[in-house]
Amino acid sequence: MAALATGGPVRSEGVPTSFQRKGAAGGGGRLAVLPGTRPSLRRGQLLLSSGIPSLDSVLGGGLAIGTLLLIEEDAYGIYSNLLFKHFLAEGIVCGHNLFIASAKEEPADILKELPSPFLNTVSAMEEATAMKCKQDSQESMKIAWRYQNIPKLEVTQMTSSKCGHYFDLSKPLASELRQNIGWHGFFLPEETTLCHDISSCNMASGYTRLLHSIQKVIYQEGFGGSTPQKKQRNILRIGIQNLGSVLWDDDICCNENPQNIYSLTRFLYALRGLLRTSLSACIITIPSHLIQNKAIMERVTNLSDTIVGLESFMGSERETNPLYKDYHGLIHIRQIPWLNSLICNVSDTKDLAFRLKGKLFIIERLHLPPDLSDTVSRTSKQDLAESTKLLSSGCSAMAIGKKHLDF
Amino acid sequence: MFAQLTELLADFVERPEQGKLTLLVSTKTDASFLVHHFLSFYLKAGCKVCFLALLQSFSHYSIVAQKLGLSLTTAKERGQLVFLEGLKVSHDIFFGKQQSLESRPFQFISGDGSNLKALYEFVQTALSPAVGGDSWKCPVLIVDDLSVLLSLGARPTDVLDFIHYCRVTVNSLLKGNMVVMEHSSDDSEDEENELLVRALRHQSNRILWAEGLATGFCKDVHGQLTIIHRSSWEKKAEKDLLQVYQYKIQDKNVTFFARGMSAAVL
Repeated sequence: MAALATGGPVRSEGVPTSFQRKGAAGGGGRLAVLPGTRPSLRRGQLLLSSGIPSLDSVLGGGLAIGTLLLIEEDAYGIYSNLLFKHFLAEGIVCGHNLFIASAKEEPADILKELPSPFLNTVSAMEEATAMKCKQDSQESMKIAWRYQNIPKLEVTQMTSSKCGHYFDLSKPLASELRQNIGWHGFFLPEETTLCHDISSCNMASGYTRLLHSIQKVIYQEGFGGSTPQKKQRNILRIGIQNLGSVLWDDDICCNENPQNIYSLTRFLYALRGLLRTSLSACIITIPSHLIQNKAIMERVTNLSDTIVGLESFMGSERETNPLYKDYHGLIHIRQIPWLNSLICNVSDTKDLAFRLKGKLFIIERLHLPPDLSDTVSRTSKQDLAESTKLLSSGCSAMAIGKKHLDF
Repeated sequence: MFAQLTELLADFVERPEQGKLTLLVSTKTDASFLVHHFLSFYLKAGCKVCFLALLQSFSHYSIVAQKLGLSLTTAKERGQLVFLEGLKVSHDIFFGKQQSLESRPFQFISGDGSNLKALYEFVQTALSPAVGGDSWKCPVLIVDDLSVLLSLGARPTDVLDFIHYCRVTVNSLLKGNMVVMEHSSDDSEDEENELLVRALRHQSNRILWAEGLATGFCKDVHGQLTIIHRSSWEKKAEKDLLQVYQYKIQDKNVTFFARGMSAAVL
């Protein structure tokens, strides 16, 4: 906690960000000076954490700088909001600049509600236990001599899973941490200045204003790279909440043939251009289930980089299904960008689920709950068999699999 | 350039075919490796290439090209490659600097009723032979993702007009080639895009269609590529020639094999 109190300038050294340079001696050089980032040497990119380490590992290490993460909201927008806040909170812990845009909540309020990180206390504890395990195992190895030369797997896993920070959803972020970062807010109802002088390119006025506001921040603060940054080079994290909802002056959620069908896609194209030429990363939550015209969603998919869909069990019959009793919802990785390389890092499983384990938000591989009872009654087994069927029909790809055989 | 794909297509780096329209379609997968293939293939063949990169930045294409043993920067400096970076060029239109000459091809975004004529004129000036005569072989136009034009607000008829004009200039007059990337799927609800794909399928000479596996995801087989050679009266072929392969993308190469013959399965 000492590091917490001293705050700002020491933070970059004080807090052991899990993002440590992999090839410390070798390449990376210029790229690795930014706090809270990790170079991906093979693909020539700089990655940053989404705030949820388990999501980072699913996405192949993290989000590349200059890319856009699109979250398809769950029906009530609860869990997508959590992802949104994790992304911003991770930025605060790493000392990044923030740009928060919303049409619903005051950005300052969003900032107050960010979750608090488990800082060095936990990671130090983890390390200590790991060390202890190591020592213990070294001593006790004398008996099991044939395992002596086997590398200690758990320890290496421990360090690699330390990407990003873990956040405690029950505690709000300490105000000292918040005060030290630079941030900009964009609250649509308060942005009353009508911009007659700027070209709207036939976009809904909310989008135009947001776009110009982001552009102004990027160029005035020097994230664009063209003008040198005053102090240290830093990263801008952009968060846009509920993009495309009615509050943004757009009618794609209430009309199948909206007045301006190109509004959102044009906005995303312009934003993509801005992101690619600057030191920034962006998260957008979008109520995709509300968008009436599915063609728009297909085009949006094409214009974003990483897409994560959330499907919560809240209010659906799956909530009471024994198969899903450990989880709060399913997470679908719909798209991972193919940047700077021919292949993309795809994780080996597509069946992923999330849950709130105590105060932590975790994404893990979907599996059946363990059967702990000694005498398993026939009926409950059948129940599970039924729900396994349900699971496979849930994945559309699997359903096709029954009719079609690739090889 | 993937040697195996060149072989399957019966292309020759020394003597590329002329006057052809190749359509690349992706369904439920990312088929950008095909774009990288054709870009490096035509640059290696010594053709003059005009590349309309609407979806990604220059550095992305450049880094991938480097992995395939090619430098886009040198190609640009030598005048072999004309690279239009949509993400950068459209910036001026979105942020108010209307008059710059560079952003003229994207004038249609500003919504003043102009169509894709300026974009066509860009292609025309890029590919028309210089007065002194340069040493490059036939001109080639490559478009990475035509559907971006639809997203930016161009009407499908405008896009088809654009393709038609380009075909007249590049394919007929200059005896060059065109490669166009599109994505489509059967259950897509994007009517405009499907219309575009259908029209392009109707007129192209060669279709390369990459699909993700219908059964889902596999580590050792990334997808299936269908190559359709359309019958032409020149070759006196009566039937469309259809080849189906599965592929696996590696770090710097793509391997193709017959269906079900993946090394991991055998």
